[in-house]
Amino acid sequence: MSGLVVRDLRVVFDGFAAVDGVDLEVAPGDIRFLIGPNGAGKTTLVDAVTGLVKATGSVRFGDDELLGRPVHRIARMGVGRTFQTATVFEELTVLQNLDIAAGAGRGALTLLRRRRSVPVSVEEALETIGLAGLRDKPAGALAHGQKQWLEIGMLLVQDVKLLLLDEPVAGMSHDERDATGALLRVVSADRTVVVIEHDMDFMRSFANTVTVLHAGKVLSEGSVAQVQADPAVQQVYLGVS
Amino acid sequence: MTARYSWRAGVGFAVGAVLLFAVAPVALSDFRLSLLAKYLCLAMVAVGIGLAWGRGGLLTLGQGVFFGLGGYAMAMHMKLADAGPGEMPDFMQLYGQLDALPWWWRPFASPWFALPATVLLPMLVAFLLGSLVFRRRVRGAYFAILSQALAAAMVILLIGQQGTTGGTNGLTDFQGFFGYDLDDPVNQRMVYFIVAGVLLLLLAIARQLMLSRYGELLVAVRDSEERVRFLGYNPANVKLVAYVAAAGMAGLAGALFVPAVGIINPALIGIVPSIEFVIGVAVGGRATLLGPVLGAVAVAWAKTALSEEFPAAWTYLQGLLFVLVVAFLPGGLASLVRMVRRRRPPPDPAPVSPAPVVSPQEVRA
Ligand SMILES: Nc1ncnc2c1ncn2[C@@H]1O[C@H](COP(=O)(O)OP(=O)(O)OP(=O)(O)O)[C@@H](O)[C@H]1O
Ligand SMILES: [Mg+2]
Repeated sequence: MSGLVVRDLRVVFDGFAAVDGVDLEVAPGDIRFLIGPNGAGKTTLVDAVTGLVKATGSVRFGDDELLGRPVHRIARMGVGRTFQTATVFEELTVLQNLDIAAGAGRGALTLLRRRRSVPVSVEEALETIGLAGLRDKPAGALAHGQKQWLEIGMLLVQDVKLLLLDEPVAGMSHDERDATGALLRVVSADRTVVVIEHDMDFMRSFANTVTVLHAGKVLSEGSVAQVQADPAVQQVYLGVS
Repeated sequence: MTARYSWRAGVGFAVGAVLLFAVAPVALSDFRLSLLAKYLCLAMVAVGIGLAWGRGGLLTLGQGVFFGLGGYAMAMHMKLADAGPGEMPDFMQLYGQLDALPWWWRPFASPWFALPATVLLPMLVAFLLGSLVFRRRVRGAYFAILSQALAAAMVILLIGQQGTTGGTNGLTDFQGFFGYDLDDPVNQRMVYFIVAGVLLLLLAIARQLMLSRYGELLVAVRDSEERVRFLGYNPANVKLVAYVAAAGMAGLAGALFVPAVGIINPALIGIVPSIEFVIGVAVGGRATLLGPVLGAVAVAWAKTALSEEFPAAWTYLQGLLFVLVVAFLPGGLASLVRMVRRRRPPPDPAPVSPAPVVSPQEVRA
């Protein structure tokens, strides 16, 4: 298992520093929550790590430097993410979504043939995310929470070692949140997980460590209790919520 | 499910083959049959567009380029074969500007070069263009405009080089097709059978591509290119395959168009014909396998029928047709079929599971 090490990360949009010199270390197997008010730069940080936006500084995952590589190469190095608004392939079925996620390493011949059987990893992921009964349903017809689980399932079959989840429980019911949290625990058994979240209850229940971002900078870091006790955090964030 | 699909497809192909090979040759006069051969060539282009645009979301508004490359490659070979070994084609002798055959004409004397070139040349051009364009993430309208510009440039080039390309007249007056006299109706029928056979072959290829894992990936790229990238694929390569395949199909179509219709010229491959290819596909239903074929044949047939009587009105009618389909029936006529089918009750509704069932040993995905 590898950890994530971010050094002096900076993302600038037209002179505005959305991420302004962030240092971050996530230990292998950790469940790190990334919290902070709207516009703090959380999504932009994940965008930078996954190659979506240009950034300066350094992002290392294991022995590999990620900055400067194209998105699909970073993905192949075992870094996967979900999006704030769930993005699945709406016209394809649940099974097809997972099968595509599992297949980045497939050769031309496999691609040009039809899927004759369901790959084992896909079958397992279907069970894990609880969508086995809906495998032939178009992903566009899933409920919001189910789409989020499908996205997590896609990361599982993609066999990523670092999961970056952008607000995975937003809009979910209480039961769905608990199920998602349990899913995160299982997933983190042999993976490193970073979760962006606004939901404080969810964070308290499932976070291992927490980093608070504010205006593009790290404001505080530590265990849930440490962060909650930090007066600076209470002032900018917890005080408001 | 798979078994049912291939069973239905088998029946579909059999019905198509019976219609094309048994019914049409008996029911249609020689003249109508050669018109059908022409329409089927246009339908081949449509099969490729259905793949690249319908499944891949690439608005290929410049297929005339690939159609033209295939057509001219075949026409050059046929001209040289008519002229005989070492001789220049009739039109070059007529213009009298050249003492010898231009170097780039020479390889086309050999069928071993010319025939593969009708397909490989368009594919090569598509590969080079696609590599440049898709890597740079040129998309949507920009890609369409670029394709159109290329079609326009090719027309200008052909017209400008009249001495070696036949200019506006193009290449025509072919006598033979691989030793067979094209004036003989029997041989014209043979050309029709070749065209019909190739169309079925291209449909089979397109079907395989659409049903393969690649086909699913192509739809994924069409609907969310960015997401595909985060799964570790390079969408540029995915698009490139569909684009190159469509170009090869258009090239083959152009190559067969020449013996079937007896001419290839700039007016057949420029901006307007390139748009017409797409209109047929849009009318028929771009995302389906058969929609593009039926749409292309229907539009081409309507064009022949209507432009005989109202030559000026056809252009407007065609434009209107396109607008109506895009505005009210984005899935084309094929979506009407689907709507009717959907009236029937769905089969077994899938069971709904409430939440993820998590057990650690299951997650070693
Ligand atoms: N592409 C962009 N161009 C310009 N500014 C941007 C861009 N993307 C984000 N920003 C700005 O960068 C800042 C950080 O945005 P970001 O989306 O990372 O915040 P966030 O912490 O994820 O917030 P939220 O909790 O609302 O999702 C915001 O002020 C936003 O307006
Ligand atoms: Mg955000």
